[in-house]
Amino acid sequence: MHPAFSVLVFTVMSGAGYGLVTLLIIAHLSGFTSLQSTNVLLSGTILAVVLITGGLLSSTLHLANPKNAWRSFSRFKTSWLSREAVFAVLFYPFILLYLIGIWSQGSDISGVFLFCGVLAAILAMVTLFCTSMIYASLKTIRQWHSSLTPVNYLILGLMSGSLLLMSVLSISAGKIPQELRNITLAMLALGALVKIIYLFWIGKPTGSTINTATGFTQASVRLFDQGHTANSFLNDEFGYTVAANKLLCLRALMLVIAFIIPFLLMLMADKWLITLAALLAVAGLLIERWLFFAEARHVVRLYHGDQRT
Amino acid sequence: MKLGLVIDLDTCVGCHGCATACKQWNTSGTIGPLSDKDPYGKDPNGSWLNRIRTYEVDDAPNSKTVHMPMSCMHCEEAACVTVCPTGASYKRAEDGIVLVDQDKCMGCNLCSWACPYGARELDPNEGTMKKCTLCVDRIYDEKLPEDERKPACVLTCPTKSRVFGDFDDPDSEVSQLVRERAGKQLMPELGYNPVNTYLPPRNKPIVEVQEVTSLPESLKQWVNKLIAR
Repeated sequence: MHPAFSVLVFTVMSGAGYGLVTLLIIAHLSGFTSLQSTNVLLSGTILAVVLITGGLLSSTLHLANPKNAWRSFSRFKTSWLSREAVFAVLFYPFILLYLIGIWSQGSDISGVFLFCGVLAAILAMVTLFCTSMIYASLKTIRQWHSSLTPVNYLILGLMSGSLLLMSVLSISAGKIPQELRNITLAMLALGALVKIIYLFWIGKPTGSTINTATGFTQASVRLFDQGHTANSFLNDEFGYTVAANKLLCLRALMLVIAFIIPFLLMLMADKWLITLAALLAVAGLLIERWLFFAEARHVVRLYHGDQRT
Repeated sequence: MKLGLVIDLDTCVGCHGCATACKQWNTSGTIGPLSDKDPYGKDPNGSWLNRIRTYEVDDAPNSKTVHMPMSCMHCEEAACVTVCPTGASYKRAEDGIVLVDQDKCMGCNLCSWACPYGARELDPNEGTMKKCTLCVDRIYDEKLPEDERKPACVLTCPTKSRVFGDFDDPDSEVSQLVRERAGKQLMPELGYNPVNTYLPPRNKPIVEVQEVTSLPESLKQWVNKLIAR
């Protein structure tokens, strides 16, 4: 699959934003002392909203006919993209009320504002889940069609969110509590683990082949002619192939930049090293998302020469 | 009604007449002109609703060149309809034809990701997704003579490899062909239940290639050739 830059930016930015806002609200309402500062809560939440909004706007850039984009809310009952659109918009009034609550009552919010905070955290994770299900629901792309896809999206979103939260805390509060640091380190380890499980899982060849695609299951089948001498929409959209050694290099790079270096940096106390860890993790996740798209092979490739996907 | 096509892989010669007829018919009609980008230039690209892909099946001397014209299969469990967020993609209840409403499509490409057969293509100029309409604007057109109310690709095929009909009617030509020739669906394991059915090539005896095995044989052949002259 051709990795569209706008979709990469969308999923990584909004994933980090949703992770940040969820962890911030949970930590705030659970009573962590360092989170009871109006400064931290406002700056963290506003950063999250900026990331989420930027990400969502970026996603509209990949539409070929955006004037009909408003219709994308209409098929909530059947389409995951529709569900994502609805929940993404539904998130905003609740997070804005939470922000107003913090701004007017400080960290000791109550009543409606508290309730809105809880709902905003829930809606953030639901929206992230719906985004991942857009990809996971496609039977035509076996690398995506598994429960590992939403698990990866949610955990990596929470991981990048936790790193951003640590960065915000260390810059505005000066130091971060050991428990939150441990949670972040655990998220990094968990993120690396689910990513590695995913990489092993997609390595196993399985599913449709050129034989099932053409119906000739008792003999070898080879593409003779794709029927057109120049590219078609299908070649451009699905024909993206990266050399295997380049993919392996990028996987190694991704593991180092997104997980290993941020883990080591998180063991330090310096606020700029922690911020660097957050930025590196986001950069590493951009590579991870690029690989997620580049390693995906749509079954229509079986009609264009691939023997298996 | 379950309208669809039966395509005979035994008689299709890969002439691309059906692709051309489809492209011509759809210069107007329900989904309007199919755009081409740089059609006479170095790197053309464009929207076609029917593409013929050719495969070599098995190894010599049993090998066969099979041409597979593929357009929208009008699947019964069409995932392209399920994933569409705007509702532009829909399956008609009365005849099972899957269509794209050009006024609603926002060009997000998700339906083309969901389609295993590559039936849907983005029109480069209009930014909407286009696919085979089963010539819905021909089959119900009262102004056409009765025997021309068929898809353009079916009418134009010189080897009569394409047949149009109602799969729900057990006596229709398409249903009979599927039964007689053991018609098969492509990629059935994905569960889309495509309506368009492909008739496999018939089993034919292998054509023997005469090979000269010994000196007396080749002498005999030479003498026979001399006498024939």
